[in-house]
Amino acid sequence: MCVEITKNDSDQIKSGTCQVKSGFAQMLKGGVIMDVVNVEQAQIAEEAGACAVMALERVPADIRKDGGVARMSDPSMIKKIINAVSIPVMAKARIGHFVEAQILQSLGVDCIDESEVLTPADEVHHINKSKFDVPFVCGACNLGEALRRLAEGAVMIRTKGEAGTGNIIEAVRHARAINASIRQLQSMDENELFAFAKECRAPYELVQQTAKLGRLPVVNFAAGGIAIPADAALMMQLGMDGVFVGSGIFKSGDPAKRAKAIVQATTHFNDAKLLAEVSAELGDPMVGINIDVLTNQDRFSQRGW
Amino acid sequence: MVGGEELKGQHGQRLKIGVLALQGAVVEHCRMLESLGVIVVEVRLPEHLKLLDGLIIPGGESTSMGLIAERWGLIEPLRSWVQSGRPTWGICAGMILLAERIEDQKQGGQPSIGGMDIEVNRNYFGRQINSFETMLNIDDFYESEKPYQAVFIRAPIITEVSDGVKILASLTNGLDGKLIVAARQKLMMVTAFHPELTDDLRWHQLFLNMVHESRAT
Repeated sequence: MCVEITKNDSDQIKSGTCQVKSGFAQMLKGGVIMDVVNVEQAQIAEEAGACAVMALERVPADIRKDGGVARMSDPSMIKKIINAVSIPVMAKARIGHFVEAQILQSLGVDCIDESEVLTPADEVHHINKSKFDVPFVCGACNLGEALRRLAEGAVMIRTKGEAGTGNIIEAVRHARAINASIRQLQSMDENELFAFAKECRAPYELVQQTAKLGRLPVVNFAAGGIAIPADAALMMQLGMDGVFVGSGIFKSGDPAKRAKAIVQATTHFNDAKLLAEVSAELGDPMVGINIDVLTNQDRFSQRGW
Repeated sequence: MVGGEELKGQHGQRLKIGVLALQGAVVEHCRMLESLGVIVVEVRLPEHLKLLDGLIIPGGESTSMGLIAERWGLIEPLRSWVQSGRPTWGICAGMILLAERIEDQKQGGQPSIGGMDIEVNRNYFGRQINSFETMLNIDDFYESEKPYQAVFIRAPIITEVSDGVKILASLTNGLDGKLIVAARQKLMMVTAFHPELTDDLRWHQLFLNMVHESRAT
């Protein structure tokens, strides 16, 4: 639930309001947000038609491979990317690390992803996102988790999927779980909605609003495991508003070509003929990992509370 | 200016309005147009422009939309749509795409439609943390005494207009004087802010009035 924080703005001009923050997310719809680690990749993404880039030091596949603690990226790298492209630039903060978020906001980042891909900094609390002027996106595996993040002030949700695997199965699981819960909500009476809210530890008002709308009250993107154009189109047909592609582009054989193809597939997600056309001759996709070989500890999607 | 009831069609025919659906806030416009009783068509390919009474180019990323349009040969059909004087409304990114001249664009330029005799500055206000909402008074509205809540998201402004372009709304800014944020030239309208992010239908009604005008002549 977006809560307005009183600021010193003049009466005429109000920034950082719920409408201004969630409006930003609405402008990303139907688009592809790409992970990039340097200026060159950011420019390839922009040239391919990405609606935003996510600036980070290592793509999830490398975070997975390297191990160790993954943190916010170097501000100088983020600044360089901000200066190099005209599209919005996002960056990741660790779960609960509100100081990383303060720093990212001060850099002029357009949106912060409080991300399970980085090593969590707090095992109880997420960032109090209502306090920030910059919009936040958060990952969710199910409806309860999505609504808890909205209660903290997120204005955009994405599936967690399983980042850095190139395997779509988890993103599909999360998207279907959220869709199924919303359909259940729609058939519940008031008492059952109360019970649902209690069970999933989410505010009743948000549960009620979601039931009434028949969808999440904010923009909902797919993320985690998208590697080929058909993956993007699959998530769009499952009702997602757009896609994040992390390792899938720059861990593939021909990133520029693949990036363009995924952008086209996200727009024309319902047109199999065009999907066939854009899917042809893209070179090697990222190799990918089967989820069942990952131990629970290796699953980023288990992070977040 | 007429009120809502008269907009639902002329001679019993329902208006057919296209929304360019390459990227951005598409469904928001579709919902509002449907609530005003018009038939809505999502435009992704050149053939979707056929038999439309008007076209909305929504907010989103202008580079994304331009590049996707280019890939499927949609730029030329959109140019001839605009040049033939058909009713067109560009919002934010749509305003950038319709402008004849763009300042502060992507390095190496970006595909554009043009047609409106204005110069725009992309992301004039800066980054998302500088995005804002404010109240505007619009003389061209019915119920114009009721202020309009304008939401600006990484918004452009109009820095220059030619003769024949009517200014519909501007912001007063202490430093830069007046900033033009909405304008009209013949049957083309542009707004730097996002009426689809509010519940106020007056801009959509204003556009549908324009469409009616074009059908009457």
